Amino acid sequence: MPMGSGANPFPSSSPSRPRRPARWGNRIFAFLTGAGAVILVGIVLALFVFLYLGAKQSIDTFGFRFFTISIWNPFPYNVYGIVPFLAGTLITSSVALFVAVPLSLGAAIFLTQQAPRWMRGPVAQLIELLAAIPSIIYGFWALIVLVPIMRYDIEPKLYTYLGWTGLFSGTPIGLDVLTASLVLAVMVIPTITAISRDAMAAVPISQKEAALSLGATNWEVTRRSVIPYARTGIFAGIVLGLGRALGETMAVTLVIGNSNHVPKSLFSQGQTIASGIANQFLEASSPLELSALIEAGLVLLVIALAINVGARVILGRLQTGRGVGQE
Amino acid sequence: MKFDRHQRRKIFSHGMTVLSGLAIVVILIPLIAILYEVIVQGLPAFSVGFFTKQFPVPCGSSNPSACPQGGIAPAIQGTFILIGMSSLIALPIGIGAAMFAVEYGGQSVWARAISTMADVLSGLPSILAGVFAYSLFLQYNRTLTFSTFSEAIALAVLMVPVVTRATEEALRTVPQSVREAALALGIPRWKSALRITLITALPGVVTGALLSIARAAGESAPILLTSLFSLHGFTGFNYSVTPMPLWIYYAATSPYHNWQVLAWGTALFLVLIILSISVVSRIVLNRLTRRAAGG
Amino acid sequence: MDGSSIKMRVQDLSAYYGKSRAIEHIQLDIPERKVVAVMGPSGCGKSTLVRCLNRIHETAPKARVEGTVLLDGEDLYALDATLVRRRVGMVFQKPNPFATMSIYNNVSAAPRFGGHYSRDEMDRIVVRSLKQAALWDEVRERVDAPATSLSGGQQQRLCIARALAAQPEVLLMDEPCSALDPLATAKIEQLISELKQEYTVVIVTHNMQQAARVSDYSAFLYLGKLIEFGPTEEVFERPKDHLTEAYITGRFG
Ligand SMILES: Nc1ncnc2c1ncn2[C@@H]1O[C@H](COP(=O)(O)OP(=O)(O)OP(=O)(O)O)[C@@H](O)[C@H]1O
Ligand SMILES: [Mg+2]
Repeated sequence: MPMGSGANPFPSSSPSRPRRPARWGNRIFAFLTGAGAVILVGIVLALFVFLYLGAKQSIDTFGFRFFTISIWNPFPYNVYGIVPFLAGTLITSSVALFVAVPLSLGAAIFLTQQAPRWMRGPVAQLIELLAAIPSIIYGFWALIVLVPIMRYDIEPKLYTYLGWTGLFSGTPIGLDVLTASLVLAVMVIPTITAISRDAMAAVPISQKEAALSLGATNWEVTRRSVIPYARTGIFAGIVLGLGRALGETMAVTLVIGNSNHVPKSLFSQGQTIASGIANQFLEASSPLELSALIEAGLVLLVIALAINVGARVILGRLQTGRGVGQE
Repeated sequence: MKFDRHQRRKIFSHGMTVLSGLAIVVILIPLIAILYEVIVQGLPAFSVGFFTKQFPVPCGSSNPSACPQGGIAPAIQGTFILIGMSSLIALPIGIGAAMFAVEYGGQSVWARAISTMADVLSGLPSILAGVFAYSLFLQYNRTLTFSTFSEAIALAVLMVPVVTRATEEALRTVPQSVREAALALGIPRWKSALRITLITALPGVVTGALLSIARAAGESAPILLTSLFSLHGFTGFNYSVTPMPLWIYYAATSPYHNWQVLAWGTALFLVLIILSISVVSRIVLNRLTRRAAGG
Repeated sequence: MDGSSIKMRVQDLSAYYGKSRAIEHIQLDIPERKVVAVMGPSGCGKSTLVRCLNRIHETAPKARVEGTVLLDGEDLYALDATLVRRRVGMVFQKPNPFATMSIYNNVSAAPRFGGHYSRDEMDRIVVRSLKQAALWDEVRERVDAPATSLSGGQQQRLCIARALAAQPEVLLMDEPCSALDPLATAKIEQLISELKQEYTVVIVTHNMQQAARVSDYSAFLYLGKLIEFGPTEEVFERPKDHLTEAYITGRFG
């Protein structure tokens, strides 16, 4: 279309005046892409609005007590509090991080500092493969394979040797908070590993050479130079891993044992916010229970998004760089 | 004395190397265990009937050969329908938002708001997309709370941020000089954005689209809330379908042996689909990087 | 040479990055407690040469070394690399203080890696090193401030202090003054002439006047080869090779 005006050999003579079709084209284009932008922002707002509307009955009924009531009881009381779900969510996520963080950092250190170069790419991709497996498959596998192992091999041993801590008391049946936490750990490892690996890989060579030239061993270079420099990124990776653990649903639902009580030990059955919604949503006994489930979802939304925004802010600050060796 | 100390440091350093290598081994154990189980249990389920037959009648018999084998045709159909619908919703929104951010927003507040929203949304727990779609139709049209519309919207909410971020990243790698060159030739902005910038960034955009599809194909939680146990495949947009991941959930939690066998087969098929999508997207992206390096 | 003993001897040294050879067949004796300047046009392999002298070169991907380097008659490449780096310190072209550490912790890094010193001893090492590097007066009030709060030139002197605190026998300096203003440069040159009472110094420099001012011996590298090596006056006043002469007289481009 603009090429059609080839009759004018000096197009620069009217450079600033756009042709009509172009102006319309620009308007339509701006409108359509702008609509995409508005919808994207709209989705985020709508999430809050519609979850709030769905939760309204519960909010009106329980008010702030929703956060203090420690039972989730359709019958006989028809009273719902988020405490059991919140407890299950916090416990599973913390245990998952407790297991996943050292493993992920070890993996990131190995992949960026120690592994032979030919090994780094392929192994990193294998770990990323873990993130590609759908969560329902984790759950299915855990239910069929991991639960019996936990029940007959691992948990009885934990009970015998570590029962005195109180963490591993009760009857080990495999379908419990501990198994759910371990599955979660496996699922957040790729997230934490990938982000801390990026952070460690971004440490300037000059920082490592500084330590090397002072006679540091391999580990001292990592410990004193790489990890401190990459700490912000590592922290962001852990926070994002936490975000993923909090919201993970199907794998947890299948192995946590689904009991709406605050867990007494890691061998207790429990419920996270996400697994509670998955389990009870379709079988809610009353509109009030459904509304309470949606309110629990609203709480999860606020927590998960806050954590995610926090991690992004940290990562964003990282990208602004540091003042080493200004040129 | 000094030598001792040095020796200790070296040994400690080696020890830490071994430990961190061990972390890799520990991490890879579940990966291998899961893939092993899925392959060993899933492969025997594969047959022509697996892809073409309806779900079998639940069979309580302890003798597996007495039970009908059936197939997962309704689940395959369900997955394809949902992915088609959610892509139709999510891809235009995501690509549009990203183009708006990059081509019009530049470094402005709007551009940053769009990236931030995409980032925020990417951290959304997937089950909440289901709660959202359900609550949406609860307010507007209760008959559609369990429907392919509802399911597709839930998946689309999860796809949008993936597409937006990937497209935005790809568009930002197109050098400003390319845009300026197009504008200097008198090509209108919208045309240069579509025919030059977007085409240059296409491999990155396609990769993003593929990744979002891979994510949607594996999701079960949001679908669980927006579908009602429907086992007969697609019967109209007002009714829900059961995609593969959800079928795995139903079958895994059922006591029926013939369903569980199919569930393993479905798991294997799903993993294969997701892996091939990610391999294809990697190839596409490699072409992008090679082209960028080549000039 | 003038009777002083040889601290480091470089024999038939070649260094590679992957397949490409950065320096080839270098033959060089570094006398004890002298300053050796390494000169040459950009990319001729000066940095690579000095990086071979403390075995930092081999930490780069695909990097490889052929030939031998002797330190006090011992084969450098048969010794333990971390011990070698302890004895042969290095200051890099661009200042690289540990970004996450304070000034104090930067200087005390080496002693902390491999020794146990009391707080008092550590303080003494830090203060002495900072004084030697002509930085003490500027930072005495804020040794706990982050190292990155220093200016580029101060950061470089901090790196020198950090290297000195390791109490090396040889100090390699790769264009240590390229980030410094003339005043700081003068301080460093002053420092180098003091250092040679105790240390052997190898300094890479682009600046011919600097080489002439501070060094006892000069080496001239060109395209990875050692063209000329000898006492500095001879190299500058009676260069044997026309390439050296061209470089020194600035006809080199
Ligand atoms: N890490 C590396 N990987 C590959 N090649 C390298 C690397 N470092 C240096 N080289 C190459 O080795 C040759 C010598 O480089 P070197 O840094 O030793 O030169 P230089 O004399 O110190 O230059 P300058 O005066 O610019 O610092 C150059 O051709 C350079 O391109
Ligand atoms: Mg150099």
